[in-house]
Amino acid sequence: MIIDTTEIETINSFSKFESLKEVYGIIWMLVPILTLVLGITIGVLVIVWLEREISAGIQQRIGPEYAGPLGILQALADGTKLLLKENLIPSTGDPRLFSIGPSIAVISIFLSYSVIPFGDHLVLADLSIGVFLWIAISSVAPVGLLMSGYGSNNKYSFLGGLRAAAQSISYEIPLALCVLSISLLSNSSSTVDIVEAQSKYGFLGWNLWRQPIGFIVFLISSLAECERLPFDLPEAEEELVAGYQTEYSGIKFGLFYIASYLNLLVSSLFVTVLYLGGWNLSIPYIFVPELFDINKRGKVFGTLIGIFITLAKTYLFLFIPIATRWTLPRLRMDQLLNLGWKFLLPISLGNLLLTTSSQLLSL
Amino acid sequence: MFLLYEYDFFWAFLIISILVPILAFFISGVLAPISKGPEKLSTYESGIEPMGDAWLQFRIRYYMFALVFVVFDVETVFLYPWAMSFDVLGVSVFIEAFIFVLILIIGLVYAWRKGALEWS
Repeated sequence: MIIDTTEIETINSFSKFESLKEVYGIIWMLVPILTLVLGITIGVLVIVWLEREISAGIQQRIGPEYAGPLGILQALADGTKLLLKENLIPSTGDPRLFSIGPSIAVISIFLSYSVIPFGDHLVLADLSIGVFLWIAISSVAPVGLLMSGYGSNNKYSFLGGLRAAAQSISYEIPLALCVLSISLLSNSSSTVDIVEAQSKYGFLGWNLWRQPIGFIVFLISSLAECERLPFDLPEAEEELVAGYQTEYSGIKFGLFYIASYLNLLVSSLFVTVLYLGGWNLSIPYIFVPELFDINKRGKVFGTLIGIFITLAKTYLFLFIPIATRWTLPRLRMDQLLNLGWKFLLPISLGNLLLTTSSQLLSL
Repeated sequence: MFLLYEYDFFWAFLIISILVPILAFFISGVLAPISKGPEKLSTYESGIEPMGDAWLQFRIRYYMFALVFVVFDVETVFLYPWAMSFDVLGVSVFIEAFIFVLILIIGLVYAWRKGALEWS
């Protein structure tokens, strides 16, 4: 009997210990995730501020200046205002679709961040399918847009939702084929492996030089995926008022707003990872021997440098989409679809075959 | 699902990101004012009274593009495993993949000629 009770006690204490360990495990899992969410939020605030300041600069205005120093807190103030505004649901619409639509758009874009390496092996989930996860998940967002367009029961919204879906599926394929060429070059779809494959020879080793056609196609398609000008047909003000967002107010509109900027940030981050060498400093060691050798500077410092380099490349690249917005006029629907299907798709297929042939020669 | 440990973070992140809109709706539901009115809740049609429903038949064109999209998207899904083990598989598999892509290019040309990619 005595032996039995002690055994039971040990089992109990063991299971208690196990459950404690599990709880700690879950808490430790939450720390990086919440850090990432916080980082993404700050990143979006920075993008909104950058966009407004650059736009103001291009149009010779001053831009936001009152909220915080240099107007940095303007985006936060706008977000808080949207949180305090009334949520209108159109009486003839479908309330469920109307609410789920923006949520799906935000969630699917949030999830793409899980595969982005911000520093040396600093990635939330280093999955072997990596980039492919982004391709797969970004196809879910149009479903949300379609839902919100349909659920509003408004003609503008409906047309905007249809256009959004048609546009994003048209540009999905060239995008996927460009990513396919990249993963062919590095023989892996994992984002970490793709960056590692570009780590030699400084900036000369970037995929940008090995895939110039792919880079341009990727740039155009990612602009179209983000629904930025010149591809902002789903929300073309002159034709559709605000497209699928017409009936939205309050925080649901805010979610769409956040989703569009999150999408811009994630595609810029993917440009950095896929074409611009990710977290590597990208200065050939011939010019700067030893000075910037990250491995010799301790782990924390190296990680911080990695994050800084990734973000610097990303935000520098962001100047291109923002400047494009104020440079090019909007396309027509038929021009948009022609560009996608009759120009970018054949070119990206050709690029894929070219890449395979060159890889075959180097085998 | 639970055997793939590398996806643990992904599932956790999914749950957290589902919480983001729920939290936003909740906070907004507590803080936002409510004042309903028949005018306010009617759908917007540039100021005039809305004419009829928006849930009606729409252009078949969108459907055609969606069909072509499905064909090419499935193609890329099949090409990914090949691309990832390209260095192992070698020339013979390259030729097979080339034939596969060629068939799809013929499909694209067919859709183009038949006018599935026209918007008019």
